Amino acid sequence: MALLIEQSLNGIQLGFMLFLLAAGLTLIFGIMGVINLAQGSLFMVGAYAAAVVATQTGSYVLAAIAGLAAAAIIGMAMEYLVIRRLYARDHLDQVLATFGLILFFNQMTVILFGRQPLFVRIPPLLDGSVHIVAGVYYPLYRLVIIGVGLLTALGLYILISRTRIGMLIRAGATNREMVRALGVDIRLLYTIVFGLGAMLAGLAGIMTGPISAVQVGMGEQVLILTFVVIVIGGVGSIRGAFVGALIVGIVDTLLRAFLPTLLRHMMASGSEADALAGGISAMGVYLLMAIVLLVRPKGLLPANG
Amino acid sequence: MNFVKSVAAAVVASCLAVPAMAQAPVKIGFITTLSGPGGYLGADARDAFQLAIDLGGGKLGGTPVQLVVEDDALKPGQGKEITERFMKNEKIKLFTGIIFSNVLAAVAPEVIDNDGVYVSLNAAPSNFAGKECNPNYFVVSWQNDTLHESAGQNATNLGFKKAFVLAPNYQAGKDAIAGFKRFFKGEIAGEIYTRLDQTDFAPEMAQIRAANPDVVFQFHPGGVGIAFARQYQQAGLLGTIPMVVAAPSLDSVILKAVGDAAQGVYVSSHWNADFDNASNKQFVAEFQKKYNRLPTAYAAQGYDAALAIGAALKGTGGKIDDLKAFRTAMLKADFASVRGAFKFGNNQHPVQDWYALRVEKGADGQLALVTKSKVLTNRSDFYAKDCKL
Repeated sequence: MALLIEQSLNGIQLGFMLFLLAAGLTLIFGIMGVINLAQGSLFMVGAYAAAVVATQTGSYVLAAIAGLAAAAIIGMAMEYLVIRRLYARDHLDQVLATFGLILFFNQMTVILFGRQPLFVRIPPLLDGSVHIVAGVYYPLYRLVIIGVGLLTALGLYILISRTRIGMLIRAGATNREMVRALGVDIRLLYTIVFGLGAMLAGLAGIMTGPISAVQVGMGEQVLILTFVVIVIGGVGSIRGAFVGALIVGIVDTLLRAFLPTLLRHMMASGSEADALAGGISAMGVYLLMAIVLLVRPKGLLPANG
Repeated sequence: MNFVKSVAAAVVASCLAVPAMAQAPVKIGFITTLSGPGGYLGADARDAFQLAIDLGGGKLGGTPVQLVVEDDALKPGQGKEITERFMKNEKIKLFTGIIFSNVLAAVAPEVIDNDGVYVSLNAAPSNFAGKECNPNYFVVSWQNDTLHESAGQNATNLGFKKAFVLAPNYQAGKDAIAGFKRFFKGEIAGEIYTRLDQTDFAPEMAQIRAANPDVVFQFHPGGVGIAFARQYQQAGLLGTIPMVVAAPSLDSVILKAVGDAAQGVYVSSHWNADFDNASNKQFVAEFQKKYNRLPTAYAAQGYDAALAIGAALKGTGGKIDDLKAFRTAMLKADFASVRGAFKFGNNQHPVQDWYALRVEKGADGQLALVTKSKVLTNRSDFYAKDCKL
């Protein structure tokens, strides 16, 4: 039972991490219609900026600010220089251009920081474990990730549905030309939205840093899973990204955690069961995506109805 | 008349060609993983290989060589495509460099089926060591299983009874677990196949804690290894359940990442920076001088591969057209390996000694891998008996 609780928490934590990445990606796609493969690069930018500042100054607050700022600024520069030219193009052109950006960012990082990974320690304040229920201790840092994810989800909800800028964003998504005709600087609005999406990716990067290592190519590892989240949740929908991320996080974790034991009870050979379980759990979320697409081709909570 | 003409032309051509041939360096195709979290492994192997060439004044075994490096990005398809291009366009016949077994499985057949030579400086999956061994395929590093057999033997020697084992779900991961189990005499408390691109190991940590083993054996090379080791530490397991690993799961980069908590981890390896032989001392000193960092085992293997190729080129007078002669020269292994004793077995994989190392704090307060004792002597590999060469 303790194990089940701990593994569920692990799943939820992975889900929130995925949500941060997916929210940015789906925001950009849903509102601007751009597929941004370089979202993983912005994740990396956030992680690197935070890692460098944390090592130089020793302050985690400064590191977090630097990470967010770097991701947002580079994101907006990227929109201004590259993405802006792609709005009218089809998705293939967008994929090609943003794939090019991935190569650019990875190579640039190698030139600036080398191939050796950077390391950030967990802030001393957040180090350690918390006693949740009988026999379950959970790392505080991972609980903080869940908390930050929840706050971000709440913040995004308020921003999109309760504020003036959110209203403009929604209006711009529905009818770009009409919003422009009403005198709104839609180009600036798009740059801001892109910066916001980039900042969310940066936030995910900052928080991943202390858990794994900050290294070149770290964004691409999570990008595929992020796309799965978006497809399951419904492309362009923040609510969809939230639900999709939690489902993917939990399903992925629980499959990895419990399938081997389950199969070992059912099969004669332990090693074969383990190998099979490894294979099935690796496929798990993709199978889930295929099933969701069969039943609801637009995802669980699509953006428009 | 025509006949005389063409003979004359051929003679002239060959006279012209011979000095030109002596000038042109032998090209070595170096396909390796340089991008992504595993990128530092390939970079270390490449830098050490280049170091050996530089120390020889641009030559290996007296033959001028030119290293042509490309990044496989840990993608078997990309590795294969580079190989085809190297063989067709650049006319390269001699290949090395690959770090990951899944890339090797795509590249090596392409090379050896087209009369090229592949000399592995790292990856050596089981399927090329036994029945499928090939006269044009050499391994200077180890056979995958053997690496982890040494960890298994080490765990047995240390008296552990109940082990939890984890490795990524690909050929080298399966070889790792097979190798460990072959030499570990205790019971296996649990076995998990992770993913080669996994970044979060929280579920695995919970499984380990629930199984409560004496010891954990894991194989996670490069970037995944860093993530694994750090999360093992963050989950509070590093202090409570000892870890036994083979060299790739705890190289000097991972050691730096984990820091003080890595103290006491049991490692087994065929090479360590503190080995006391002239060749190794020169290698470690020159590597640090040139690149300003500690070499990993990947670097040592890259250096040895360069020396081995150099010895073979010396034996053939710098030619690789005659594969038989090249092979004979190669198999003599007439070079001073940085790991001390080294020879090739019947399947053209190494026969070498394995050592137990431990992470300890040195006099300077820095953590380092310290060689403790010998674990296996003159170990060939499990599959050599199936090879009919």
